[in-house]
Amino acid sequence: MYGNLTLRPEDIENWGKKVHEEDPEKLAEFEARIARGEKIEPQDWMPFEYRRQLIRLIEQHAHSEIIGALPEGTWITRAPNFRRKLALMAKVQDEVGHAQLLYSAAETLGKSREAMINDLLSGKSKYSNIFNYPAKTWADTAIIAWLVDAGAIINQTTNSKGSYGPYVRALERICWEESFHLKYGYDSVVYLATGTPRQRAMLQDALNRWWKPIMHFFGPPDNQSVHTEKLLKWKVKLATNDEMRQQFLDMYVPKIWELGLSIPDPNLRKNPETGRWEYSDPDWDEFWRVINGDGPCNKERLAVRRFAEERGRWVREALRSPQARYVTPLA
Amino acid sequence: MASLDPRIRRAEPELWQLPERPLQPLEHWQTYEVFTLRTRGGHAQHVGSLHAPDDEMALVLAKEQFARRSPCVAIWVVPTSAILWTRPEDEDLFQPATDKSYREPQGYLHTRERLEKYRDRLKPIDP
Repeated sequence: MYGNLTLRPEDIENWGKKVHEEDPEKLAEFEARIARGEKIEPQDWMPFEYRRQLIRLIEQHAHSEIIGALPEGTWITRAPNFRRKLALMAKVQDEVGHAQLLYSAAETLGKSREAMINDLLSGKSKYSNIFNYPAKTWADTAIIAWLVDAGAIINQTTNSKGSYGPYVRALERICWEESFHLKYGYDSVVYLATGTPRQRAMLQDALNRWWKPIMHFFGPPDNQSVHTEKLLKWKVKLATNDEMRQQFLDMYVPKIWELGLSIPDPNLRKNPETGRWEYSDPDWDEFWRVINGDGPCNKERLAVRRFAEERGRWVREALRSPQARYVTPLA
Repeated sequence: MASLDPRIRRAEPELWQLPERPLQPLEHWQTYEVFTLRTRGGHAQHVGSLHAPDDEMALVLAKEQFARRSPCVAIWVVPTSAILWTRPEDEDLFQPATDKSYREPQGYLHTRERLEKYRDRLKPIDP
């Protein structure tokens, strides 16, 4: 589960400063290949900035998968029945498996898995902001599995048309598994929505709390800069954040309304003239504040990861073979 | 709000700290390439790579990672370090250096023409 690649102001600032001189002939050939719809493979020539942005994108995506398993994972012990517990365990296992696929894809670009985990633990690398919010009730897990995974599918399906071969292949496998998450999530939501008044109230409460993070999910509106243009041209980014947010609203607002739930935004409506959704400003200040560490669960999420790495360390060390040799994955 | 995560509620303060020593190279083990057979009698196909401490664990993890959902009747794993491969920029290696039409079916397109042209020669040979 992952939102979209978000360009932070400092990325844009640094872009021009550390211009990497590229061979114009190779660059033209590279861009022509992408324009023809060819995939770029790990051993191919690629511009420095393409490699850098892809590592950042795929690494963030991988971190989002393992951190994303935490809010739902806390509910495994308290699932309402055995079937729901099994389904939730399967889903959480999927998310961790997705992280494995994505770390491998990022490694093909030259950053080791250990380096990526170190950057996650130190806070240098980011993950999807939405996982810095708590899952307070069982209904939260239903909303996450339905709507957050729906957002992730839109994002991942879009990215799976990208130019980097290993990432595209990982995403194809991931999207296929996520389709179970969406069905499972929708089933859980419908079950609560058709339940007792208390169950309905719990579901509405969860939706109220998750709506803002869901609106943040695809990232702030892209500034129309040459950098965004270049990422679109290189097929690192395939759609702007707003395009994906509109697609999400188109697909899911009617389904939410169908359940008799209300969306906590009085200004939300589809403008019949423009065909676009209008909504209240979802408080981008909060988005940046939480990304930069000041969210309800940032510390806790990293603490659990640090706990897992540190407490698992001796086991990994005991299993490790002295003859082991690291080789970058091939494809 | 008190955390909902049992690990955090039991957690000792040191868990909130960064490990003193960052992860070192190979702490997450070496890489393996994974191949699966979707049906009996098919070709094994490369499906991805993973990290594992040894060959047996690689098979166990490959099953979890690549055969949990997709059809699969057999898995192969091989250490990435054992694979020899050619570089993409050397793809011209696979282009014939000279005309090799003599070994292709397309190299034999004019047989019928010759037959028609010299049909008069096709009389039975008198002993």
